[in-house]
Amino acid sequence: MSRVAALILPLALCGCAGFQNALGGDGGEGANFVRLFVLFTAVCTFMYLLVMAGLFAAVLRRRRNADELTVDTGKHHESAPLVTRALAAWAILIGIGLMALTVASFFTDRSNAAITRDPQLSVKVTGNQWWWDVQYSFADTSKSIRTANELHLPVGVRAEVTLESNDVIHSFWIPNLAGKQDLIPGRVTDIQLVPRKTGLYRGQCAEFCGVQHAHMALDVTVESKAEFLRWAAAQLQPAPAPRTPLELAGYRYITTRECSVCHNLSGTPASASVGPDLTHFASRRSIAAGTLPMNKGNLYGWVADPQSQKPGTKMPTIGLSPDELHAVVAYLQRLK
Amino acid sequence: MSSRFRNSCAILAVAVLLGACDREERQSRAKPLGETVPAAASPDTIYPGDPSRARYVDARGASYEGNAFAIAQGQQLYNWMNCVGCHAHGGGGMGPALMDEKWRYGGRIDQIAASIYQGRPNGMPAWRSKLTEDQIWQIAAYVRSLSGQVRKDAVSARADSVSNTPPQTQTVRQPVRPADSDQQ
Repeated sequence: MSRVAALILPLALCGCAGFQNALGGDGGEGANFVRLFVLFTAVCTFMYLLVMAGLFAAVLRRRRNADELTVDTGKHHESAPLVTRALAAWAILIGIGLMALTVASFFTDRSNAAITRDPQLSVKVTGNQWWWDVQYSFADTSKSIRTANELHLPVGVRAEVTLESNDVIHSFWIPNLAGKQDLIPGRVTDIQLVPRKTGLYRGQCAEFCGVQHAHMALDVTVESKAEFLRWAAAQLQPAPAPRTPLELAGYRYITTRECSVCHNLSGTPASASVGPDLTHFASRRSIAAGTLPMNKGNLYGWVADPQSQKPGTKMPTIGLSPDELHAVVAYLQRLK
Repeated sequence: MSSRFRNSCAILAVAVLLGACDREERQSRAKPLGETVPAAASPDTIYPGDPSRARYVDARGASYEGNAFAIAQGQQLYNWMNCVGCHAHGGGGMGPALMDEKWRYGGRIDQIAASIYQGRPNGMPAWRSKLTEDQIWQIAAYVRSLSGQVRKDAVSARADSVSNTPPQTQTVRQPVRPADSDQQ
């Protein structure tokens, strides 16, 4: 029974479609690779079945005129004419198959190079242990925006992502859209993304980078161009002002105490760049690079003791008093 | 004695030896949690010069001193908090050098932690309520390592920034001479 389950399980896994799927083909490059992958699998499966068929035929086929092809008759080197023809056909088939695969992969490469020419959007992603710093730069530099752990892309627009690292080697991987690209300290690398389908995807660091490597995810949103522009305009706004006394207390704590030496909140005295930008923190889908879904309970848990949620994270456990914790979470939730 | 038995003994002995490796013992947060006692001493317990004259020694320093994890974390914080801006990478500039044996406010780890926590005249800001005490101790552990007073196997073999000097693990240690301490 367990053996049957072990056989079925990998098959079931193949059905994992969705937000993090290398065979999703939701990006230009991704789609090309999926087509190539399907072609390779089909050709290889066909050849494999042929080999197996030949093997079974050889096992089952009775040896004919066994008396003639012996050492005594001097014909032991010869084989039946049918076998000779089959072997020749087999060699030709291999030649044609390999040629077809070579040509197909050549054209996939060409096509990938073509779709990434003349990028229309420029994004810089910087890897840190264990979060992503994301900066959009536009021709009008006053429109440039900075966020963290989320990547918004307009559908059908060619985006060039420049990759850097502040500490160790990371790898930028959004399986649905494209392949991997490493982020190497002291070096600039890049990758082109051409999203084809709107939706929510998940990126993931693909190079082991320390204890919290698994919790270094990137929330990717592919949306229509109008929605992207609306998002970008909202990101350009300074951090929302506190509206209630509790939020005001939180604002004061965040902008003057421990939070402010690492985090940036545009339009407030907190302007450090060591940790993720928090200006529009509450508008994101997750906390701490995909570690926890964004909601009030998780916010409390994260702010009260980050070291128990993501042990080893560079954010220290501060030991806030209950009043301070309520205030800080209240203001963080205001940061839409 | 069979070779198998001997091999087993050797493997066991190595495993026992490895158990003693505490150079990188790490705590993800300071203990006890949410400690709010002021770090180290108040200014009136700080004596420049001869460390033996100090009356009060903060016992917490022992768990950070010579701990490779604390020193590495301190090195990162030293850069993040822009200590480099005034003290450079230990050589000093606008602020005093940290890699010599002169200490205006005491050179023990708890005295350094107190200087970071409370701030000092002529420009050193107080980091109290900006950094956690755990972080302040980590920076103090790193600052201690700058003057070569920490065990060689605990210091970082890699500088986080571009450096034209050999790593600390490669430099020759010179004994600290307390008699030469700054008595200004």
